Amino acid sequence: MKAVNFDFYQPASVEEAVDRLSDRTIFTKILSGGQSLCPMMNFRLVRPDLVVDISRIETLQQINPIGDGIRIGSGVTHSRLEDGEVNGKTGAYLRKVASGIAYRAVRTRGTMGGSVAHADPSADWPAALLAVGAQMEVIGPNGTRTISAGEFVLGPYTTALDDDELLVAIHLPKLSKRARWAYVKQSRKPGEFAQAIAVFVEDEILGIKRTVVGANHMCPVVIEAIWDGEDVPSMGSLLSGLNGYDYKVHLAALRKAEKGLRDGLC
Amino acid sequence: MAYVDISLRVNGMQYDQSVEARQSLADYLRETLHLTGTHLGCEHGVCGACTVWVNGAPTRSCITLVASCHGSEIMSIEGFDNNTQMKALRSAFSAEHGLQCGYCTPGMLITAYDIINRIPEADASRIRHELAGNLCRCTGYKGIVQAICRVLDKNKIEA
Repeated sequence: MKAVNFDFYQPASVEEAVDRLSDRTIFTKILSGGQSLCPMMNFRLVRPDLVVDISRIETLQQINPIGDGIRIGSGVTHSRLEDGEVNGKTGAYLRKVASGIAYRAVRTRGTMGGSVAHADPSADWPAALLAVGAQMEVIGPNGTRTISAGEFVLGPYTTALDDDELLVAIHLPKLSKRARWAYVKQSRKPGEFAQAIAVFVEDEILGIKRTVVGANHMCPVVIEAIWDGEDVPSMGSLLSGLNGYDYKVHLAALRKAEKGLRDGLC
Repeated sequence: MAYVDISLRVNGMQYDQSVEARQSLADYLRETLHLTGTHLGCEHGVCGACTVWVNGAPTRSCITLVASCHGSEIMSIEGFDNNTQMKALRSAFSAEHGLQCGYCTPGMLITAYDIINRIPEADASRIRHELAGNLCRCTGYKGIVQAICRVLDKNKIEA
């Protein structure tokens, strides 16, 4: 299993990277950590003409507080979030999500930006970022634009990014001390891609109250779930489009998340 | 074929050379440097046999391009020959029957090295969780978990 022959370019700045994305006559792939792209290239599911490796662009590695939020460079690895580089309630949430992604030797290279831009329907970050209402900061030849998490992932492996745009950062709110959340990922063994994801996030002070279902073969969706309710079985009616085992495993994830939230475990 | 000039250190030795842009770090170690201690199982990041140490962290060498490792400090299993903690792990794997055919062992040892350094308080349950990314088809894992526990216990006594 070897990748096809391709050209390789390692830009030192975002501007250089965007410049190289402008040639639409060739098939260019951006490589961040490469933990999804490299397996797909090994299988020859992806056969790029050019790989632009953004892993050495320093500005993409930064984590900064900005106003009421936190700006996470798209090149920040899962392991840095697992190790607690972001403080507070938001940091605890990121830590929980990051620590369940694949294995340590994958988390040390795989990045938040790479994961959400790849948009694997079973990945963790698309669902987790939608639940907290993240904003994606994107740079292209015409400058910067911001895309909300809900409008970023459009379907399996499909995002709102244009071919000549680069995801440079993810903006997250600073959850207050009163915020509570539950993140449940169902998989057959630790580190595998999710069979189902259920997320509850509530922050009265920031006005966030959202339930998200992920790993549903499409893109994560916000549902109108019952919170702290006795009527959990009726959650099943919210899982439209899922049947058989898929339906059962998503319902189990929702119930587990709702119970975790009620028991104050998350 | 597209080539890239790289400069990196492997097991303390400096290498400056031209490599195929598409070459994985695992193939570079095995075929260019003839360091065949790094094993390839699945070649898509699932089995963990190819795990090596890059800039102080465990890394899947089968899904890392060597071109991306320009400027990196790499340790393959051969580079740990004289490492005290790795010697303790090797002895413990032997004593606890932590290997049979040995194919997964280089990756297991690198992962074990990460566990004992990063999570010194790990218990057997945590070790099993951390080993989820390394597949072994011989031992049933019990001996591997016991071997890592043995080294962690020894470290606690000596601390």
